[in-house]
Amino acid sequence: MTPNLTYIVVVGVLFAAGVTLLLERSLTRVLMGVILLGNGANLLLLTGGRAGGPPIVGTTDGAEMSDPLPQAMVLTAIVITLGMTAFLLALSYRSWHLNGHDEVQDDVEDRRIMDLADRDEGPGTDDADQPDSDDQLDGDGRPDPDSRRPSAASLAAAAGGRGREA
Amino acid sequence: MNYLVPLPVVMPLLGAALTLLLASRPRAQRWVSLTVLTATVAVAATLLVRSSIDGPLVVEVGGWVAPLGIVLVADQLAALMLVVSAAVTLCVLVYSIGQGMADGHEDTPLSVYHPTYLVLTAGVCNAFLSGDLFNLYVGFEILLVASYVLLTLGSTETRIRAGTTYVVVSLLSSLIFLVAIGLVYSATGTLNLAQLVDRLDALPDDLRLVLQGMLLLAFGIKAAVFPLSAWLPDSYPTAPAPVTAVFAGLLTKVGVYAIIRTETLLFPGGRTADLLLVVAALTMLVGILGAVAQSDIKRLLSFTLISHIGYMLFGVGLSSSLGLAAAIFYVVHHITIQTTLFLAAGLVERRGGSTALDRLGGLARLSPLLAVLFFVPALNLAGIPPFSGFLGKLGLVQAGVDDGGVLAWVLVAGGLLTSLLTLYAIARVWNLAFWRRPHPEMPEPQDSVHTVRTDGVEQPYRGPDRDAHPGAMLPRLMIAPTVALVVLGLGLTVVAGPLFDLSSDAADDLLRRTPYVEAVYPGGTP
Repeated sequence: MTPNLTYIVVVGVLFAAGVTLLLERSLTRVLMGVILLGNGANLLLLTGGRAGGPPIVGTTDGAEMSDPLPQAMVLTAIVITLGMTAFLLALSYRSWHLNGHDEVQDDVEDRRIMDLADRDEGPGTDDADQPDSDDQLDGDGRPDPDSRRPSAASLAAAAGGRGREA
Repeated sequence: MNYLVPLPVVMPLLGAALTLLLASRPRAQRWVSLTVLTATVAVAATLLVRSSIDGPLVVEVGGWVAPLGIVLVADQLAALMLVVSAAVTLCVLVYSIGQGMADGHEDTPLSVYHPTYLVLTAGVCNAFLSGDLFNLYVGFEILLVASYVLLTLGSTETRIRAGTTYVVVSLLSSLIFLVAIGLVYSATGTLNLAQLVDRLDALPDDLRLVLQGMLLLAFGIKAAVFPLSAWLPDSYPTAPAPVTAVFAGLLTKVGVYAIIRTETLLFPGGRTADLLLVVAALTMLVGILGAVAQSDIKRLLSFTLISHIGYMLFGVGLSSSLGLAAAIFYVVHHITIQTTLFLAAGLVERRGGSTALDRLGGLARLSPLLAVLFFVPALNLAGIPPFSGFLGKLGLVQAGVDDGGVLAWVLVAGGLLTSLLTLYAIARVWNLAFWRRPHPEMPEPQDSVHTVRTDGVEQPYRGPDRDAHPGAMLPRLMIAPTVALVVLGLGLTVVAGPLFDLSSDAADDLLRRTPYVEAVYPGGTP
């Protein structure tokens, strides 16, 4: 039996896109990847059977029937994919509730080892404090004595400098 | 007797439905679960006896004839796995009931625990009994979905983090399995294992190798074989103690069972034998080196779990009768021992308030019973002579020496080294947690409901104690199943002779392949 080329190409595209998404950090994208991969696998199962008319006795001649077994298997697989999608959605929603994002986090022990490795190379790419964005969020324009805001202080200094020049 | 075959799947599923209906009556839930699992143990034992006397028992589900319908096959291997896993699940259930009652959860239990646990059992039994590749997939999915729920019970932050990795990795392995099923079907036109025997033999070699590789990959992830094992120590230790124990005992072994079944029945001839041996050596060594580096008992045990999967693959890779028999014996031994150790780790966490080795100490004096409960299975795991771990390893080493190839000798050396390193890792736990002086931060023991001091002296009832968790006395219902499993582990040594004969019979049947095929198709393969 020669499988249909269109099916094969579609399966390939679905798998490629699914794997790409699966490698992302955000759980929602991983979920999309799982859905695409699941659909690809279902299509592949379907391609495996003989194509033909509906497999109902009395409607189609025995020799022209399509193979009903892959269809039954695909139905089961679809139900399983549906359940898993719901579960992953719940997981990512809960993760968003707890952490404010749904990114898959590193294992704590792994991260400890990574930290040790990083310490050899000096500080990593931590983006701990971003005072500029804090200022933008603040928005009431009052001068802040807190030295945590160097941009406000430097702005004031620059204004003072201009005043002296004038 | 054939009507007994579907019962290990049907009873837990019905029990799950019933416990779900009884969600608001925890006492009734507990009784239903206990009854169902006890009955499962009895049925599994009967199946084991019948299948060793009469050969494999086959049931065509719903009366549909074999290649069209689904068959359930209980041969010796499947029945043996069923007995051990049913006994272990029963003990863990009692342990979790004990833990739930001692934590004062009588009126606010997690009502979803019992149904999920029973569904997990049904999935495991279905995977063992399945005589059809797609039904095996369904069995895997049932047990995996139940395990997702159990692993994320309570959905705390750490469990969600660990659960995410576990779920995504398991989903990927299931997808690979599904794709492999699709390919097998389009290549052969059937998924019935007995029918596949002939049809796969007729395929060209390269195509067979692709199918074999895909199935191995899918089962390898589930069995936590080395390059595919990183998910396991990340996810297992965060779950509640009984859940971790039952996962460690059963889930990876279902993967190993699937590898044994497909390698012997569908792809004999050992074309991937060298690959399996190399992977087995790496699994053993990398796993145990990981265990040596850990400072937390649960993580350490997770790494020894991975490491000892390597022993089973060693036996499968040798593909000799003795090797396979030793691998089957080792699976039985390892299910029991690894579960016991995780239950003991749960008791350590309860008594010492933590499983981190740097925060524990002096447990041997504080709780001698607990020390014994950890020490005996630990030595058993490392393979100290009278225990079953030693006998299993001895069988494997013998099979390796008989094989005589270079890789087999490397594996023999690797196996012995792993055994030594296991002893080292276990001795470290023993020294730090049990033998040195008690840690100053160790919580003082408190009295709580339904408890008895570990030296057996009854404590007077001092009223309900809701947050008795750290440093609480050990509840009797948690001690009893752990003791039972330790005794079961010791019993494996006592009955080692008959058990090894049974494994040898099962291995011979697997290698001959005809008993399985003839049981499914008495009148010849269609």
